[in-house]
Amino acid sequence: MADDRRKTKSKYTSDRLIPGSFEGETVTRRRFMTGTVNIAGAVAVSAIALPALGFALGPVFERTELKWQAVGTPDEFPETTYVPKVITIVAGIGQAGKSTAYVRKRNPNIDTDKPDKYNQYVAISTRCMHLGCPVRFVEAASRFICPCHGGVYNFEGLVDGGPPVRPLDRFYTRVRNGQVELGPRYSVNSELHRFSPRDPAQPLDGIGQYLYPSRPTVRKLPPPQS
Amino acid sequence: MPNLPLPPALKPRPKRPGEENGPTHPAHHAAEAGISAVDWIDERTALSGAGRWVMFRKVPKGTNWFYTLGSATLFAFLNQAITGVFLAMYYDPSPTRAYESARYITNDAFLGEFVRGMHKWGSTVMVILIFLHMARTFFFGAYKYPRELNWVIGVALLILTFVMALTGYLLPFDQRSFWATVVAVNITGTGPIIGPYLADFMRAGPEFGATTLSRFYSIHMLLVPGAIIALIGAHLYLVTKLGTTAPPWLRAEVDGEFNEERL
Repeated sequence: MADDRRKTKSKYTSDRLIPGSFEGETVTRRRFMTGTVNIAGAVAVSAIALPALGFALGPVFERTELKWQAVGTPDEFPETTYVPKVITIVAGIGQAGKSTAYVRKRNPNIDTDKPDKYNQYVAISTRCMHLGCPVRFVEAASRFICPCHGGVYNFEGLVDGGPPVRPLDRFYTRVRNGQVELGPRYSVNSELHRFSPRDPAQPLDGIGQYLYPSRPTVRKLPPPQS
Repeated sequence: MPNLPLPPALKPRPKRPGEENGPTHPAHHAAEAGISAVDWIDERTALSGAGRWVMFRKVPKGTNWFYTLGSATLFAFLNQAITGVFLAMYYDPSPTRAYESARYITNDAFLGEFVRGMHKWGSTVMVILIFLHMARTFFFGAYKYPRELNWVIGVALLILTFVMALTGYLLPFDQRSFWATVVAVNITGTGPIIGPYLADFMRAGPEFGATTLSRFYSIHMLLVPGAIIALIGAHLYLVTKLGTTAPPWLRAEVDGEFNEERL
């Protein structure tokens, strides 16, 4: 019986003796109605869900503007030790938006990275590259030490010991109007090559730079032309 | 409504001989009114069947105190939900005001320290109870067929509870919670390829910014609690549908009649 029915089933509704069928009609009205209702439901749900999702994801793709902030006159910064300076990372949120940068003049006897117009002053970020706790510069050891999990960095910000995966981040520096200015943050690998800013705990040596892609919204500054 | 089981106190007492139309006790009238009100609702919703289905289940022999750990977890969640609603009346999720509002709850609001303490310690208690409940399920073998799906839902609830604990930790916005959250977001960022994007999603941008706190707050008090309530509903439905297991030390009783049939 079932075999019989399958045999007689035609793709034309008129052959299947469905009442009111048209010549050449292949979609039954019941199927058409079901499809219409499903599509209408999908449209309604996505009309609500997609804007909400985009709203939540939006900030990830938002471009952050570059800002330079003055931290002091050039004679404030010696070559042999760091001067802590409070800078604003995010404006308008009080203490939570502030951070400390350690600034000194570039010392040709110590600094191994290629000198250009952005590193005549060395500005080290205090964000530990293990998991982001604030490091402090310990004068007696002339090292940066993290209180959370014991990360230690040398005078140049390179990893001396502990769990950090790369040297401390830096800020671009320049001198304008008699003031040393700190620009955007950038990350460095163990050879002090510049990368666009990455989060802590993301290594930049070897395969790390491919496993932890940069943000499309925050780039490093183009290398100076001079 | 003949089948609704009533506590003895509510059951109409049989009439004494010679009291057919005599004066009745006022409590009797009150009970009658209550029964007829329940009856009115039941006639229109048939809820009493569902109530009987949930409450008057067959329970295996050997059921013991370990079987109450799931309910204990549920009550820990209810404690979090209720105290959380009232904490939200005083809390302000803006980066400049959050610490001050949390300080106000603790130091100035009437019973504020108590309610905040209930919420804070309640979260720890809930995580501990979930693990005990999970251990009970595991050691009693209650995750086996046909209850695998309930184990899966339970694991989802466990993860959602961790999300609650993580997002709630930021809200007092003191040094400890701020840096702990910085660390947690950076741990998220260590996932290869998608980690950096997930971290940006949690922070709402590359830096801990103006909307990070309100984002955590919204996830903590709207998004995840809704998901937890829905999943607890599914969890309880399956518990009711499938019943509970006997403890593993109980041997199956030999059913004489069944054995005879097989022979």
